[in-house]
Amino acid sequence: MENFFDLVPLIVLIPLIGMLVNLFAGRQIGERGVAIVAVGASSLAFLIAVILWIAQVQTGYEPGVVDMPLLADWISVPSAGLRIPWEFRVDTLSVTMMLVVTGVGSLIHLYAVGYMHGDARFPRFFVYLNLFLVFMLILVTGNNFLMMFVGWEGVGLCSFLLIGFWFDKPGGEGWKNSDAARKAFIVNRVGDFGLILGMLMTFWTFGTLDYYKPGEAPLAAHHEAEAEAPVFAPQFPQEEHAEPEGPLGVFNQAQLWLDEGGHEVDFGLVTLSFETTLTIITLLFLLGATGKSAQIPLFVWLPDAMAGPTPVSALIHAATMVTAGVYMMVRSNVFYEASTTASFVVTLIGASTAIVAGFIAVGQWDIKRVLAYSTVSQLGFMVAAVGVGAYAAAMFHLVTHAFFKALLFLGSGSVIHGMEHGHHHLTDHDVEDHKHVPPHEHAPQVETERFDPQDMRNMGGLRHKMPGTYWTYIFGTLALAGIIPFAGFWSKDEILVDALRLGLDENRLDGYIAFALLLTAAAFTAFYMWRQVSMVFYGQPRTPAAEHAEESGPVMLVPLIVLAGLSLIGGFMNIPSGFPLLGRIFGEHQFTSWLEHSVVNAHAAGFLWLLATVAVLLAAGAIIAARVIYNDRALRQLTDDPLEANERTAGAFALANAKLYWDEFYFSTIVYPYQRAARWLADRLDWAFWHDFVHDRVIGSSFQWATEMLSNPIDRGIIDRAFDGLARLVHNLAARVRTIQTGYVRTYALGVAFGALLILVIALLPVLRDLLGL
Amino acid sequence: MGTPEVAIELYVLLSAILFVLGAMGVLLRRNAILIFMSIELMLNAANLALAAFARQWGNGDGQLVVFFVMTVAAAEVAVGLALIVTIFRTRQSIDIDTLHMFKD
Repeated sequence: MENFFDLVPLIVLIPLIGMLVNLFAGRQIGERGVAIVAVGASSLAFLIAVILWIAQVQTGYEPGVVDMPLLADWISVPSAGLRIPWEFRVDTLSVTMMLVVTGVGSLIHLYAVGYMHGDARFPRFFVYLNLFLVFMLILVTGNNFLMMFVGWEGVGLCSFLLIGFWFDKPGGEGWKNSDAARKAFIVNRVGDFGLILGMLMTFWTFGTLDYYKPGEAPLAAHHEAEAEAPVFAPQFPQEEHAEPEGPLGVFNQAQLWLDEGGHEVDFGLVTLSFETTLTIITLLFLLGATGKSAQIPLFVWLPDAMAGPTPVSALIHAATMVTAGVYMMVRSNVFYEASTTASFVVTLIGASTAIVAGFIAVGQWDIKRVLAYSTVSQLGFMVAAVGVGAYAAAMFHLVTHAFFKALLFLGSGSVIHGMEHGHHHLTDHDVEDHKHVPPHEHAPQVETERFDPQDMRNMGGLRHKMPGTYWTYIFGTLALAGIIPFAGFWSKDEILVDALRLGLDENRLDGYIAFALLLTAAAFTAFYMWRQVSMVFYGQPRTPAAEHAEESGPVMLVPLIVLAGLSLIGGFMNIPSGFPLLGRIFGEHQFTSWLEHSVVNAHAAGFLWLLATVAVLLAAGAIIAARVIYNDRALRQLTDDPLEANERTAGAFALANAKLYWDEFYFSTIVYPYQRAARWLADRLDWAFWHDFVHDRVIGSSFQWATEMLSNPIDRGIIDRAFDGLARLVHNLAARVRTIQTGYVRTYALGVAFGALLILVIALLPVLRDLLGL
Repeated sequence: MGTPEVAIELYVLLSAILFVLGAMGVLLRRNAILIFMSIELMLNAANLALAAFARQWGNGDGQLVVFFVMTVAAAEVAVGLALIVTIFRTRQSIDIDTLHMFKD
């Protein structure tokens, strides 16, 4: 079965091929061809992920490392000891991510075929989607931090391209879209900066960026292994050879140094203890994660990223890309486990993000914005889970969240689609194909009406118009709200249990804080989701567009139904121990024991009846509260939110509606000063100082002075006159010499005669000397 | 050997006298024809010396050279006389002191 590991390069290459085909032949093969290539590529990738999954199970979860053909020596500088091979890692963690990315990705690809139908840039959209898959899979399959970074930046690029996909929408919409794209890109740069620094420190500390070297099994922490209950104790046969030979990957090396203790790292200026180094590295990694996974303080880009087409929001900004930060932190669990400080910060950031975003979501009108803040909030749950050491729970929530959040986004896309249909049904009977008709045909209408198909105030009563969408949406909502037995209940419960356990068992403050914040956030989640469901699906249609809304086609409904099924049963893969009946059927902690083979610090949380009951009751209470507040009477005319109308909650609602002024805060503290500084630098430093003073005055005039000097006194005064004088000298000399030439033949003859005589005298000199007796 | 022996010095002396006469003619005369004749005299003075030495040493090389000199002199006469005739036709004079156009 290990031979199947060699298939792993294909999981990257197949989407790459699909992308290249659509890139170069997209226009020729038509919409149908593009769809077949793109969906086929992602489905094949999913097939490979499934094969790898089976291979993992068959080989006893042994991690495999596979070289990329041609790229085995990707970066190699032997003299510096730098060698970063392009290696794929097949272990339970990466296979989990592969399954999620390709599985949910394939469904979303399929859905997008229906959603993007008729778009002028249909092929380009699927080129970007497949490219995204390529990078995302590089990110999760890489065996070193640098490969992860390549994928990390690549998905950022695809995110940028897809958020701004409709950059040419009329009526200023296009500008907003491209602004959102740039915002996402720039905010992510801040996080990437942290990730790069973290990677550099990691390399400096360990001399390698590989997670594990080929053939190296993850070492569990010694104290952990003893403390664990025997049932979940990782069974690594390799652990018998206690001291592996040769250079180690970063995580095992870190584990060894931690076990030994007292290791120090020399940074030139300072020497830090290994533990401090790890704290700094993990905090830098956390900065990277706050960017990519939209945590405080860098979460502001994600709600704006909803400007992209809805399948993009589902795939990139809910299910996969934004979980990269969580994946990265789970991958680095050895580091995070070692640093209490970093874990504390991670917990605080995750938990406060969860509650802040949950609060803001209550005050939003835009159907996708609610989901966006919900995504931020749920990512906060995952990050907090990493912080409290519940790595398995974080991954579990990542997987279930991918199911139900993709479902919700796709459902919202279906709603938007239906609303647009209804809107165009009213305004434009002739145009059957409503989406992205050339701007000049539609611009006047957009100008006059300003109809927003995403504003929930324009909806209402869609339950009867779009039953398929409605029911799947309910599944997603219940899963997200954490109602038993939907997927979200199990994963959220596990995080809560872990947080509480950390507080109770180890008496750690961050455990209590995380527990309190997350439980409140969970209540908020249920509330804003049911508020949304009420506003969208219940009551009566509030606009003509909603009245004429139509159900989406099967190509969009099938993915919804599949995801709804997954949202229902997805949680059964990790039934906590002690849960009756279900634990017998599906086995207990299946997912955790699967992950334990690659995430050494993964551990299973138990099940607390009281907590689960409280959480479910809280969620159910929030749902009922939402339904009571957003009752049919309130929904009839929704100019004001009921919370807004009530004096006691008006202030809080305004705060949530204004997103806690977070963007304004950044604008006034960062963006505005930055722009002012940029303007000042441009006007004063660049133009006035650099251009006018340095270039014009200093350089320009001194250059002129120098050329003046060179040309007048030196060139004309010295060089020119020297040559003039030389010429005159020759001229005068020639005038004198010329007089010898008389022109009379006689003179020349005399010259010849004298010359001959002279030669004769010289020739006869010895004879003459003899004759004269000298 | 019926003819009386003449000493080589006498030949050389005669040759030298003829040569000096020729040279004087070239330097002092103004008439181009006469200068020409003086040159011929110098050539023949040289011929006499060559023939005399050839006889003295019993070596034919000198006499051979004499023939060359005579041929060259003949060619020279042909070219020179043609030049003189042409000069006369254009300038109506063969006074060499009037011929200095190249100088000015």
